[in-house]
Amino acid sequence: MLLQVEAIRRPGLLEVGAFGVAAGECLALRGPSGAGKSLLLRALVDLDPNEGQVSLDGVERRSMSAAHWRQQLAYLPAESGWWASEVADHMRDQEAARQLLPAVKLPSEALGWQVNRLSTGERQRLALVRALILDPQMVLLDEPTAALDPEAEAAVEDLLKGLLAKGKGLLLVTHNQAQANRLASRSLVIAGGHLVQENPQ
Amino acid sequence: MNPPISLTWLDLLLASGFMLAAALLGLLLQLGVTRSFLVAAIRMTVQLLLIGQILTWLFLQASLWLTLAAAFVMLTAAGYEVRARQERRLARGWSYFLGTGTLAVCCSMVLFIALTTQIGVRPWYDPRYAIPLFGMVLGNAMTGVSLGLNSLVARLDADARAIEAQLLLGADRWQALRPSLRHALRSGFMPIVNSMAATGLISLPGMMSGQILAGNDPNEAVRYQILVMFLIGGATALSVVAAVLLTAWRVTDPRDRLRLDRLSAARK
Repeated sequence: MLLQVEAIRRPGLLEVGAFGVAAGECLALRGPSGAGKSLLLRALVDLDPNEGQVSLDGVERRSMSAAHWRQQLAYLPAESGWWASEVADHMRDQEAARQLLPAVKLPSEALGWQVNRLSTGERQRLALVRALILDPQMVLLDEPTAALDPEAEAAVEDLLKGLLAKGKGLLLVTHNQAQANRLASRSLVIAGGHLVQENPQ
Repeated sequence: MNPPISLTWLDLLLASGFMLAAALLGLLLQLGVTRSFLVAAIRMTVQLLLIGQILTWLFLQASLWLTLAAAFVMLTAAGYEVRARQERRLARGWSYFLGTGTLAVCCSMVLFIALTTQIGVRPWYDPRYAIPLFGMVLGNAMTGVSLGLNSLVARLDADARAIEAQLLLGADRWQALRPSLRHALRSGFMPIVNSMAATGLISLPGMMSGQILAGNDPNEAVRYQILVMFLIGGATALSVVAAVLLTAWRVTDPRDRLRLDRLSAARK
């Protein structure tokens, strides 16, 4: 398994048992709003205090710095955060960003755009580009195409399939059953902070 | 040099005439400010009359322990003010510890060095020097610290998503907090920077004016004022930096997480 979770827990909020994601596999994470899907993703990248054992490629997260862990295990929240005024200032490698932009149906001028004038859909795609520049092993996605038109959605899905073909792992939160069917081979269902079901897609 | 002109009670009463007139005007126009204006004026008068008595007594005693006790009372009040002025603050005593602690360490250190070297008064704790200087240094440092901390917490709250976005891309906590820290430090430094820029040109500081009114040579008063401004500037800068950095350290953790859960809930 690429991502192996033995158990992960936040007292009173989250209590999830063992599961894993193989290299080149997309695992869908489903469940009603408020079930703890985003909490689980935040716990996996160690953004909230939590207990449990999580390892990537056999290496436990506690054996490395949080910064190093998050570079290998990328997490895209449903709403992205931006700290500078221009898009380019958020990209660690502008050349790599330029090469990724067509894949999400954005022109290379997008690097010069002002963040506060971006639409939700543009933010969503630029946040994906920003994360993929770091070449993570595994990507956790929270509703990655929620704000996109069908054309951009298809482009993003193609990009994600490309990642799978390269042996990356995906953990995908989505309410879109058709999308889960297209990308994922298995799905986990979470409710009340617990895993309730695991089924093949 | 002329001896200072002594003020009588009648002089003070006459001087309050303008304020009473303003209060009366406010009352007639129903501006709703009269009450707090008068209460503040009465409070100020009573506090100053009391501190006059206490200072007279303290100066007569000239005791190390009484001077330290007075400094401790002032520090506690300053720490309480810093805490009370904050919308959200660190939970479980940390805000006391960081607010009062940084003020205590920075102001005492700056003042102790000034009293033992530049002013060179003997004994160094002579309350006639120590208490007024400590009051001026502490008052300014307190304003800086409370502005700096307020601004830091407001920024962290507003920028939580942007800070976490940086953390998610592999930044450590100090990198991710840098914009918020700069903002908070600027807010904390603003009053002292403004007051240094305006001093002597737009405003004559109360201490200097007081000395001149009391019959001292303006050049002497100016040198004292410069010394005091340096002490205030140094103590404020050190306190603001220490308080802001320590609070930033406390609202993050070694796993590079933003820990806003360590702040109390927002007050209504």
